[in-house]
Amino acid sequence: MKLTGAQILWETLVKEGVEVVFGYPGGANLPIYDAMLDYPIHHVLVRHEQGASHMADAYARASGKVGVAMATSGPGATNLVTGIATAMMDSSPTVFITGQVTSKYIGYDAFQETDVTGITLPITKHNYLVTRTSDIAHTIREAFYIAKTGRPGPVLVDISKDAQQISIDWEHDNTPIRLPGYRPDLSPVSKDIDQALDMISRAKKPLILAGQGVILSGATAELMEFAERANIPIAMTLLGISGFPATHPLNLGMMGMHGEAWVNHAIQDADLLLAFGMRFDDRVTGNTKTYALNARKIHADIDPAEINKNIKVDLALIGDLRSTLSQLLARLQPLSHQEWIGQIMDIKGDSSVRDIVNLPDNQHLYAAHVINDLWRHTSGDALIVTDVGQNQMWTAQYYKQDHPRMFITSGGLGTMGFGLPGAIGAKFGRPDKQVWAVAGDGGFQMTAAELSTAAQEGIKVNVAILNNGYLGMVRQWQEFFYERRYAATPMRSPDFVMLAESHGLTGIRVTTRAEVEPAIRRAEEMEGSVVIDFRVEQEDSVYPMVPAGADLHDMIRRPIPSPLVETAEDEI
Amino acid sequence: MNHTIVALVEDKPGVLNRVASLFRRRAFNIESLTVGHTEQAGISRMTIMVDSDDQNIERLVAYLYILVNVIKVIDLTQTPKVTRDLAMIKVTANTESRTHIMQFVDVFRAHIVDITNSSFIIEITGDEEKIEGFIDVLRPYGIIEMVRTGIVSMARGANTMVSNTNGNGQYAQTPA
Repeated sequence: MKLTGAQILWETLVKEGVEVVFGYPGGANLPIYDAMLDYPIHHVLVRHEQGASHMADAYARASGKVGVAMATSGPGATNLVTGIATAMMDSSPTVFITGQVTSKYIGYDAFQETDVTGITLPITKHNYLVTRTSDIAHTIREAFYIAKTGRPGPVLVDISKDAQQISIDWEHDNTPIRLPGYRPDLSPVSKDIDQALDMISRAKKPLILAGQGVILSGATAELMEFAERANIPIAMTLLGISGFPATHPLNLGMMGMHGEAWVNHAIQDADLLLAFGMRFDDRVTGNTKTYALNARKIHADIDPAEINKNIKVDLALIGDLRSTLSQLLARLQPLSHQEWIGQIMDIKGDSSVRDIVNLPDNQHLYAAHVINDLWRHTSGDALIVTDVGQNQMWTAQYYKQDHPRMFITSGGLGTMGFGLPGAIGAKFGRPDKQVWAVAGDGGFQMTAAELSTAAQEGIKVNVAILNNGYLGMVRQWQEFFYERRYAATPMRSPDFVMLAESHGLTGIRVTTRAEVEPAIRRAEEMEGSVVIDFRVEQEDSVYPMVPAGADLHDMIRRPIPSPLVETAEDEI
Repeated sequence: MNHTIVALVEDKPGVLNRVASLFRRRAFNIESLTVGHTEQAGISRMTIMVDSDDQNIERLVAYLYILVNVIKVIDLTQTPKVTRDLAMIKVTANTESRTHIMQFVDVFRAHIVDITNSSFIIEITGDEEKIEGFIDVLRPYGIIEMVRTGIVSMARGANTMVSNTNGNGQYAQTPA
């Protein structure tokens, strides 16, 4: 059949199973948008291309499918860049399709021309510039294949306007994709599996470090069986959260800079670390020279480049985590480490007096209380997308996620503004779930325009703004490390209730603990999206905290609270 | 120390940029990089000299494999190999110095490829040491222009980078 390049693009996207794309039209992708009307793919018009990039990313993380975003050339494409880098750092399977100026103008500084493949080279898993109509279909197929296989990641396809416009004779091509340099299907050799089992059987104080690889490879069930049979406790990375039930007795909680004290102590005390689908990020290790010196280390990861990158390991199991775990399970004997688990639990017990949720109600509204209440009143069954900063850490600590792909956050890049568009994308990925965005007043305002997208789409995402009038995490660093010189962190915000109402949505303001539950209930009951402005304690900090580059066991702890002490921050 | 990395890559637009960009992004310093066709159409071969320690080179090889267009990478540093660099050196040659220079050219098995009343262009191939030695003896006569191709390298013996095929005549990839 005779089709234009734009039609071939949509034909191929339909064939790839794409149901929704997030994007923004412009001069260089007009032919794509014109052809779109004839195809059964829903398009979400965003308010800024950054929103589209985060939506595609969170859609992918929530659904496990490939997320797709599109933009025009020049500024449209450059506005995607933050979201592409976010998806790259967090291994999110995404395809970005940008329009490019007509091929004969490429290189002549044409209107809205930028070198998009050049700009995105270091922040994509792979990218393409397509200037011939006949290359569109196989390039899109390759892009999807690369995005979702191996260690997933973003792939960008830049298509010149003339390639979109020209008509050619075309049929679907089902031949297998041939990429001679791309091998996503590595797996560990049995000798290494034997050695791993031997190391596991000898360990007295083993600890599993579970990362996002558990979720990406769909290894939740295998991890559960492994941990239970070997009786090994599990610590989670930020992106690992939801890969293993938070309420499971072997789940110790989050590790790292804002990890639980007992988790970080357990890592420093362990004699064997089993790193499953994680990458020893600096936020996880603290000072690498003093990191887990007592432990031998086994690193199971799909990406060979992660082995020995940050932490030198004793054994590498390179391959898909799910199949690696299956290979281990085939011969894993039941083990018991009750004494070791008991030691960790003792430290955990000692820590609980410092936990802010155990504070008596002293008329202050603490963010941790809000998240804890949100967890309880949504029965732990809401899909949560966070922004970045204190709100993110409190959510990671207090919203106990039990099911995979239900906690979505920008980890590696730490992209403020991710929360709201992320929640919108996640809702398209999991329409059956109640979706909440948790954001600070700062991050929310970075992409608040996407409220209008939610309203236009008529989808329901609830937004919990933890409004403390500061860029809270930066303020916390200024408090701890810069003598409380609050440079550029106090922030004035608009009236978020009126902002929601101006979009035809519902806004609720909450200033006391007693109002938290009714507000959450009302948000659940309302048909449209609801924005709740939680006016939380202004100078509260996230504890524990390992200062950047400090030893992992060297944590700033929340002072043991006294009901008489109004705010505790003087006692650090 | 200097490592010799050889990479087989797909001959497609932008591949050199991807490889060079990777070195820049991961803070590796390229001493020399050459690229050219191989015996198989569509496949180019890069020889990259990079100054780094062994552990970082392991990382570098793993990063190179991440690039979709990179088919095979080997570190030839410890392998017995033939290494060649080609230099063209334009040197001042007057009636007095002419014979001396020609004698050096003979000793080093170089060739004079262009002659004028006042200059030679001398072509020399060899490993880096030989070329450096030749440059040293020419320098007093006045080197007025020089160009070098950068280093190419090939392992000795009958084994080839292709001998590790996957049965389809395609290059097989060896994980790092």
